[in-house]
This record gives sequence, C-alpha cells and structure tokens, in this order.
Amino acid sequence: MTSSAPRAPSRFSPGRVLAMVERHLYVLRSSWPRLLELIYWPTVQMLTWGFLQSYIGEASGRMAMAAGAFIGSMLLWDILFRGGLGFSISFLEEVWAKNLGNLMMSPLRPSELVASLMTMSVIRLLIGMVPVTLMAIFFFGFNLWALGLALAAFFANLILTSWSIALFTSGIILRHGAGAEGIAWSLTFILMPLCAVYYPVAVLPDWLQHLAWSLPPTYVFEGMRALVIDGIFRADLMIWALGLNAIVFAVAVTSFLILMNRARIAGTLLQSSE
Amino acid sequence: MSQFAIEARHLRKVFRDTPAVDDVSFAIPKGSVVGILGGNGAGKTTTIAMVMGLTLPTSGEVHVLGTDMARHRHDVLHRMNFESPYVDLPGRLPVRQNLSVFAKLYGMRDVAVRIARLASDLDLTSFLDRPTNRLSAGQKTRVALAKSLINDPEVLLLDEPTASLDPDTADWIRGRLEDYRRERDATILIASHNMAEVERLCDRVIMMKSGRIVDDASPSDMLARYGRSNLEEVFLDVARGRVQEAAQ
Repeated sequence: MTSSAPRAPSRFSPGRVLAMVERHLYVLRSSWPRLLELIYWPTVQMLTWGFLQSYIGEASGRMAMAAGAFIGSMLLWDILFRGGLGFSISFLEEVWAKNLGNLMMSPLRPSELVASLMTMSVIRLLIGMVPVTLMAIFFFGFNLWALGLALAAFFANLILTSWSIALFTSGIILRHGAGAEGIAWSLTFILMPLCAVYYPVAVLPDWLQHLAWSLPPTYVFEGMRALVIDGIFRADLMIWALGLNAIVFAVAVTSFLILMNRARIAGTLLQSSE
Repeated sequence: MSQFAIEARHLRKVFRDTPAVDDVSFAIPKGSVVGILGGNGAGKTTTIAMVMGLTLPTSGEVHVLGTDMARHRHDVLHRMNFESPYVDLPGRLPVRQNLSVFAKLYGMRDVAVRIARLASDLDLTSFLDRPTNRLSAGQKTRVALAKSLINDPEVLLLDEPTASLDPDTADWIRGRLEDYRRERDATILIASHNMAEVERLCDRVIMMKSGRIVDDASPSDMLARYGRSNLEEVFLDVARGRVQEAAQ
C-alpha cells in the first residue's frame, strides 16, 4: 500500500465536478432503458400536441394561430420539467445507491455536487430533446431551432427555474430521505396551470394573473407565443424572467444549504436512503 | 500542533428528546488504533458520524487533525476516509469505475496506477471490471475497504468493517488493516461489536453503553481490571450492567 498523497483541497474544483459527471455518464451508458426513457416521454408528448395542433390548425382565425404554438409550448415545458428531473434523478441515483454518505465524506463540496447535477441536467435534456425537436420538424414542420437567439433566452430562463425547483426538492430529500422523492416528480407540475403554458395569462382570473406574473416561466411562455404568433421577440419579458430567476435561484440555494444543515442536525446524511 | 488525531470534547447528541450520545470525551493519539465497543443503540455510529462531521453534535465539539469538524470539515476531509455498512458504492458501476471516481474526488494523481496497486494489495484484480452489485459480500467489503484507502488516509474511520463476513474473510480484512496501519502510521477508529476484532487490532478500547463511555483502557488493562479472559466477557459485564461489580 504505497503512498501517493492527495492534493490539498481547493474551494471549488472543476476536477471533482467532472468526476461526478463521469460517474453519472457511466450509469447512463450502462443502462439502455435509462437512455430510452429520456427520449420516450418527450416523443409521446410531442406527437400528442402536434396532432392536436394540426387538428385545431385546420380551423381559421385566432384560435388556429394560437394552436400554432402548441408544439413550441410543449417543447419549452419539457425543458422546464425534464431539466429539473435530470437534476433530481441524478441526485436520487446517489440516494438509491446509498452513496450519499460516501460523497458527503469525500472532499466534494456542496457547490461542486450542485454544479455536477446541473451539468447532468443539461446532458440528459439534450439527449432527450434534440431528437424530439428534429422529429417535430419532420412530422409537423415546427422548427424550434429556428427561434435562434430567442431559444437561447427561453432555454436559459427555463433551465434556471428547473434547477431552482430541483435544488429545493433535493434539499427536502436530504433532510427527509428518499420517502420525500415524490416531491421531485410532482412539484414542477404545479407550475403548469399557473405559468400559462398552453394559453395566454389573460385567460386566468385576475387574482391568479398576479401569481402567474410572479413566476419566471410565465414570461418565457408569453414570450414564445409573441414570437411564434406575432413574430415579435419580447426582450423585456426575458429580462423580467431573468431578474425573477435570480431571486428564485438565490432562495433555492439558501434553502438547500439550510436543509443540508438540518440533515446534519437530524443525522440523516449517513442513512438518507431510509 | 496537537499530538492527537481525533479529539472529542463533551459530545452530546439528542434526537428529539432522546440522548443518543451523552457527554462523550476522548482523545486519540496519532498512529493509534482505537475501538469503540458497545451493543446496539450504545451510540457508536452516532459518535463516528459526529467525528466525520456528517452529524452535528447538540453540544460539544470534535477536532480531527486539529480541524473543527462541525465548521471546517472540508479542510481535512482529503486526509481522512471511512467505511460504513450504511453506505454502498453505486452497484451498476464496475469496481474500477467506482474507485476511479473516488480517486478523482480525493484529488489523487496517477489514478490508474493507484487503482492497480490497491487491487493488488486487496486482491481485487480478478473482478475490477465487474459491476459492484454482482460481487459477493466479502468482495464488496474489500472494494469498500479499497475506497476507504484510496487517498492513503491519515485518519480512517470504520463502522463494523467485518460485519456479515465469514471468519476467513474477516481475518483477511483485519490483516490488511494491520498492514495499512503499520505502513502508514495511520490513526484508525473502529466501531464494532466484534470483540475478537477489537482485541486483535486495537491499542485501546472505549466501551459505550446508552450513549455514555463506561470504560476506556487498553484491552489488556481492561481484561485485568474485570478479571476476564477475553473482551467478550467484559462486554457482557458492561452490557448486562455488571460493570461496578466486575470491575471491583
């Protein structure tokens, strides 16, 4: 057992982030059902909404124009939903494997763990969404990529919101164990009716509109409809979304750190699978 | 610089209203092997979790290599490691990939060389590329030990390192731990209720019951004091509340 001393720890190590990403890529590569699942549900969703869009699109007038945004709404919703899921599942993989104690005892810092989960979220999202966006072009002639820079703004805002939700749910799981994992699957869905994914905010009752405008994704979906239906890119909406996202993300990071500290107080870090 | 690798001062941990650890203090000199003995619920695992900084004490403090584990554990985690029955390595990953990930997390250089050496020392070579969940209990324990030695830790914390192993494999593991301690002059803290293991490996035994330390001495002193021929008999004296009577 010869020695090769470890390096002194740095505050933030990209090497440790990459080691964690590598660990999750090993898991993905070793399991074709996991890979298939990443593509399966977005494909089913895209086909369903695509055919609905085609059906409603046969009518004329404003409704037909609104329907033209259905696939776009669905694809952006999937960025929001699956971005968070990619983060949460990577985290849950550690809980299910009873590996969290090993990681918490290693030099891996919370910020590095979170950075690796964010990276995995983007990788999982790309694996699932790129083929589906190409299928949307093939089947329905809807080219998400044609949104160009606007797509980058939509993506950045939605992924930030999804990470915030996933950070919060991961904190809950750290504190309360795998029994709380249902929250990871379901919390994002509360946003679906509130963020006006498939309809304009104006459809909501007045009192609910205030709540809708306090949520960053609402600005993205409104912005997407403005672009697809009216051909206008609303930069102002993206700036609002970014500002709100900054607040939501800061709250999520703080919650995660508080919940992690609570887990240390409750002694659940070592036995988080239970 | 402190001569102690681990110092616990008046550690107390209360879960809801139940004290799991109550006013526990000990200091472990560098290079020594100390066993924490006690029955189920004695507070061994909670004590080790507080030494690791994974559980925060209700009061009191723990320092490892001079570092306060409640506040600055990340300053020292690269110099320590642990093995526990409460954790596993990801089962789908082959042994080599698991060890590679942890070697990188610990900032090790020459990862492939490091893994090859550990595989040779711990007899893992024949199943390095097998998924970890397809190994026998003994093989998994050797892999867990390899993970715990991946960074040549100065302080090694072991919670029931040979639990559920057959006597031959358990003996083999103890032999490897003795080698490691001798070669690296490492400090090892072992929580166990395997008396033979503690008697063989440890310079000193901390006996716990109901969250408190009820005795702290070398195995030979403890045997002499209790007038017993082995630690198992001493343990039974403690567990069954015959401490005062036996010690007198």
